[in-house]
Amino acid sequence: MSELRYTSDHEWIRVDGDVATVGISAFAQEQLGDVVFVELPDIGKKLAKGAEAATVESVKAASEVYAPVGGEVVEVNGALVDDPALVNGDPTGEGWFIKLRLSNPSELDGLMDEAGYKAFVAARG
Amino acid sequence: MRYLGLNDADRRAMLAAIGVDTIDDLYRDVPAAATLAAPVDLPPHRGEMEVSRTLASLAARNLPASAAPCFLGAGAYRHYVPAAVDYLIQRGEFLTSYTPYQPEISQGTLQALFEFQTQVALITGMEIASASHYDGATACAEAVLMARRLTKRTGAVVSGGLHPHYRQVIATNLRFLDGAPAGPDPVPDAAEDIADRIDDNTACVVVQNPDVFGRLHDLAPLAAACHAAGALLVVAVTEPLSLGLVESPGAMGADIVAAEGQSLGNGLNFGGPYLGLFATREKFVRQMPGRIAGETRDVDGRRGWVLTLSAREQHIRREKATSNICTNSGLCALAFTIHLALLGEDGFRRLAAINHAAAVRLADWLSGIRGVTIVNDTFFNEFAVRLPRPAAPVVDALAARGILGGVPGSRLFPDHPELADVLLVAATETASEADVESFVTALAAELEP
Repeated sequence: MSELRYTSDHEWIRVDGDVATVGISAFAQEQLGDVVFVELPDIGKKLAKGAEAATVESVKAASEVYAPVGGEVVEVNGALVDDPALVNGDPTGEGWFIKLRLSNPSELDGLMDEAGYKAFVAARG
Repeated sequence: MRYLGLNDADRRAMLAAIGVDTIDDLYRDVPAAATLAAPVDLPPHRGEMEVSRTLASLAARNLPASAAPCFLGAGAYRHYVPAAVDYLIQRGEFLTSYTPYQPEISQGTLQALFEFQTQVALITGMEIASASHYDGATACAEAVLMARRLTKRTGAVVSGGLHPHYRQVIATNLRFLDGAPAGPDPVPDAAEDIADRIDDNTACVVVQNPDVFGRLHDLAPLAAACHAAGALLVVAVTEPLSLGLVESPGAMGADIVAAEGQSLGNGLNFGGPYLGLFATREKFVRQMPGRIAGETRDVDGRRGWVLTLSAREQHIRREKATSNICTNSGLCALAFTIHLALLGEDGFRRLAAINHAAAVRLADWLSGIRGVTIVNDTFFNEFAVRLPRPAAPVVDALAARGILGGVPGSRLFPDHPELADVLLVAATETASEADVESFVTALAAELEP
């Protein structure tokens, strides 16, 4: 299983073969506050890179989760529907949102690695 | 907050700060062709007393519903509003407060909205209600948009029994989205088989109960047909008092109820402001447009009120909000709530029964006039009759006799000449026996000269 890669919209992606798991970063869940609702896409939905993949709602705001790369939704984390707080408790683990079958793995090249994302977040102050 | 007018020095200071010499300079970008060359031709200034007299003489040309035997309905109903309603809503704490954007300092307003939501949910038989909308028609259009979001489908099947103005508001809202409302023509004297029109792109079926002709429907089979096809059932109610006697939309399986609340606490108001009621199932709450007041406990454990689930709303979610075209009608909602609280559960049922009895009496009298046929098999406080000739001139002639004798079919359905001889008549608790007698006598005189 590969390392996490990040987008500037604060999603992470972890690639395993031709399927990748997507969620939101620890920084993102901290900024959102207590997550109270997650809306997930239908399985089979094809998403372009940057397309709206899911919605995450906290007590403060409702935000979109975008597809870090293009692909087809092959699995969604149904556990979030009953327990949205998983996003806060374990954002890069049990709090994952969707699994994508990648349509163009080369799109991964433009994403940040852990160190790059840390620097990106730090630069935003 | 005080309002203080500006003086010339204030204006000069502001113009200097902007960097222009005159207020007209601010309009330099308006093309010359779009500006007036000379002032609008208006009569010269007149004193307050003269203006008041002129306006009073204009108003006297109206035949107000408050001053005549009134059998108008078709979505707006004359009911008696107890004096306590007006007294209470005019208290400063309520009268001046819009839905608050720093809500929690306005506990009284929030509690009133919470009570309102509870009443709306109870009478519609639904699980959750919003803090109100503009009116029944916009609430109905919002229900269609909500059904589209929930089902991810675009079709809206609209009953011919839905008030045509509601249908038009739905059409307006769908105008720049794909999927115009479709459905059968309005037919007052035959049942419609709307379930046949459901297909795999149907987001919702919209029906009204009682329908625009006053007929009552058992909606349970239609709800089952909708749900079997993955569509939602939207039920519009234009006379909420009917819910005191008629099976609630919720009990018959509705997914969304959109209703007009004017009948309770609110006058006819010349067509507005009115009050949209909106209720749905709890599982759909995150797609419900509008505000929701919620009950909670403060840090000391005392009961308190908040606006809840606001993250769906336009001031936070902007273009992704569940709605950017809604507000709440706070004062009208308060009037509704006070009136319904004064009635209580028993009073609500009794008032509904009185209305139905008044309509039955009217139907008995009207059926005695030669050439008049009662169209409805069922009704609450309003029904359709067919006259031996077009209804509009008859209504005009009755108005000349000082009687508001119903709404002609041509007023609601100008594109359906086959409905020109239909007359919609409503009788509420305000229709006295003497009112009915003078209406029936005048109508008979018009039809049997």
